[in-house]
Amino acid sequence: MTNHNPGTLTAGTLILGAGEAGLQLAVSLRQKGYTDPVTLIGAEDQPPYQRPPLSKAFLSADMDEDNLALRTEDFYAENGIQVLTGTRITDITLDEEGHGGVATTSRDHAISFTKLALTTGSRPRKLNVPGKDLDCICYLRGIPDARSLRTRLAKASRVVVIGGGFIGLEAAAVARQRGLAVTVVETFDRLLQRVAAPPISDFYKNAHERRGTQIILGSGVMALHGTNKKVSGVELSNGTIIPADLVIVGVGVEPRTELAEKLGLDCDRGIIVDNGARTSNPAIVAAGDCTIQPHPLYPAEKIRLESVQNAVDQAKIAASSLLGEPRPTPAVPWFWSDQGDLKLQIAGLSNGYDDYLVRGEPDTEHFSVLYYRDGRLIAADAVNSPHDFMAAKRALTMGATIDHSIATNTDLPLKTLIGEPTTESLRN
Amino acid sequence: MPKIILRSPDGSEHTLDARLGASVMETAVKHGVQGIVAECGGALSCATCHVYIAESCIGMTGQADDFEDDMLDDAAAERKPNSRLSCQIRMTDELDGLEIDIAPEQ
Repeated sequence: MTNHNPGTLTAGTLILGAGEAGLQLAVSLRQKGYTDPVTLIGAEDQPPYQRPPLSKAFLSADMDEDNLALRTEDFYAENGIQVLTGTRITDITLDEEGHGGVATTSRDHAISFTKLALTTGSRPRKLNVPGKDLDCICYLRGIPDARSLRTRLAKASRVVVIGGGFIGLEAAAVARQRGLAVTVVETFDRLLQRVAAPPISDFYKNAHERRGTQIILGSGVMALHGTNKKVSGVELSNGTIIPADLVIVGVGVEPRTELAEKLGLDCDRGIIVDNGARTSNPAIVAAGDCTIQPHPLYPAEKIRLESVQNAVDQAKIAASSLLGEPRPTPAVPWFWSDQGDLKLQIAGLSNGYDDYLVRGEPDTEHFSVLYYRDGRLIAADAVNSPHDFMAAKRALTMGATIDHSIATNTDLPLKTLIGEPTTESLRN
Repeated sequence: MPKIILRSPDGSEHTLDARLGASVMETAVKHGVQGIVAECGGALSCATCHVYIAESCIGMTGQADDFEDDMLDDAAAERKPNSRLSCQIRMTDELDGLEIDIAPEQ
């Protein structure tokens, strides 16, 4: 080794992955009075930071990089949390009991630990078509991606966004607000197909079109064309080529499960955890985007949640499990997406809905969609309708429903329509 | 750096140096001040960074916009005339000495 060897470190708890989940896990351990060393390791060069603004306020240059950090350096020092940035795990082995072990890093640490948590997050799914390595094809996950995209947006004139999910639509809104020509290409026949009902998909299509963005549905991308190694166009499945000097790809994420697999933990589209954030080795916990967990209302179904709220709440549960404490009350899942002046707030999980209703008139850009399953409210998507969002979130937290037959009446505030809590609420 | 004086529900008082352009919420969370939850990280989506602006400072921070106003209606703690969501107050030199009480529930 040519580097100075930083030697052996002792971490009571080793947390692998320094995003929202990893940070929260460390913070929760301290809040619960855990006094052994805590080491948080991340591959990125920055200590834990806020990711959501990267496709919103940071990208539109309304927020600067210094304000993205989630905690001050002093906070880590005062709370005895050692943060190692720019550091990858090169090897990890468990002791015979399978609880503690030793990890070695790309910076030549050997870290012995007694407790282990995986908060390894996810990576953007890559587009695999001819021309994929041309210049000015951008993904959006970390600060360097956002920095590079922000610089390129300042020079671009024609932007093609591949993928009509939240990240793609948020980035499209930022590009359009800058006055650029923007086209969104989506494989499915509607936007947000994976996460929302058709009225939400139709609304976002219309709303983006009203603002001057072109939306192309039901079209794959066959190739990316370039001139002098720089992207110049996007070829669609019907052979059309859309000119572009910047391409933004937002086609979903893949959980980072390599370390979990190395440790022999069960994985299936994510690290499989129970409702206590315990992996198939119950001494090891995992939290955040990298996990696949039981649905809070339908535990036989396994879901992967990609949200800050899940990262934070699952990390709190993971901290309790690591310390052998009872599981905190699970929170109602919720999400948000800011697309220009359109604010979508989502309470609950709409997966598996068998019915929905539209409350309000989508063309006013203030409305909501309530989702039902077996006659019971399971989720709400609220567009520029914070009262509806808060009411639905409250109903779901209480384990109450909102009667389908009256919920469309916008003369009545939704919060006055919340029914009595049923015995079956969120706890599984 | 403008200073913020934050009082937590437990009675503790924190005087923080804020970065220009950072929100009151970001400043509090970064320093680990208890009582501001800020689940959504400042996206005006959760109403868990509810604060009360001190009487002497009410004129300094401006008014909540319609969306914030609606979110405050449904905040966990009592809504008062001086209620704000602290993610919506960005620090400037003019706000130096801003005094704020954190709402007892988020």
